[in-house]
Amino acid sequence: MRTVLAIAATVWFFGASFGLLARSSGLGILAPLVLSATTFAGSAQFAITSILGTSGGAAAAIAAAVLLNARYVPISISVASLFHGPRLRRLAEAQLIVDESWAISSHGGGRFDRRLLIGAGLILYASWVTGTAVGVVGGSALGDPKDLGLDGAFPALFLALLVPQLVGPRAQVTALLGAGIAFALTPFTPAGAPIVAASAACLLGLQRRGQARQP
Amino acid sequence: MTVWVVVAVVGVATIAFKASGPLLLGRRRLPAHVAGVVALLAPVLLAALVVTQTVGGNHRLVFDARLAGVGVGAAAIAARAPLPAVVVAAAAATALIRLAT
Repeated sequence: MRTVLAIAATVWFFGASFGLLARSSGLGILAPLVLSATTFAGSAQFAITSILGTSGGAAAAIAAAVLLNARYVPISISVASLFHGPRLRRLAEAQLIVDESWAISSHGGGRFDRRLLIGAGLILYASWVTGTAVGVVGGSALGDPKDLGLDGAFPALFLALLVPQLVGPRAQVTALLGAGIAFALTPFTPAGAPIVAASAACLLGLQRRGQARQP
Repeated sequence: MTVWVVVAVVGVATIAFKASGPLLLGRRRLPAHVAGVVALLAPVLLAALVVTQTVGGNHRLVFDARLAGVGVGAAAIAARAPLPAVVVAAAAATALIRLAT
């Protein structure tokens, strides 16, 4: 719980900085709020803001954001079995999937905690949207999020969540391969594509299993 | 106007992405060989996120104060610090290095 609250605070400040940035980039007040409420994915929203803010076109902004959020396809597949009930309910609950809620609900080995995913997702959603609201209305008082070092806190958070997952050589090798793919592609592709491409490293799981079954 | 087109398209796409697993798969059990792949998604995507959030830029690698944050975060993780402490230490290190350079 303390962990969720610490992440929620970080997400809140990040939401506020998004709101501030979006407002100052000329996106208005309502559009950033609607974006936070529907898209609820920080990196894509920052990408949209910076592209539209530097007079990039709508097509470029959409392409970048869609590419960034494409990772939610494999992510949502990994937790699909946690969702039941009517389609509309599954659709609504699935919106609480975000990198951080997904990562802290993971117990490793492909197992996830539904209560943590939904609970953390709700808290983070509230943090993100209220943070955005404060940011668009009066964000300039908060200062630059970079001065607070928040951009360095997120990779450390993901690293902390990654370490307990590295049980067994297979997870270690695939994680290393995924990191390598992401690193190698970053100079050549728009942001977002390296993460999606890195997920191909999981196919090692397929091969190894096939090999293991052979006598 | 442009802004609202972007908001609408990205919003709908993201909602569909996030719902794809829960809606299309539901509670159906995955075949064993696919489950083996999916089980590796978490470590792989987390590792990729660590890399892109540390040195990621648009079409380039960016080495800046975030590296210090991740370094201090890694040290805190190795020392078995609780997660909130890891996050705060990483943010503080990033901010300090940025201030000093």
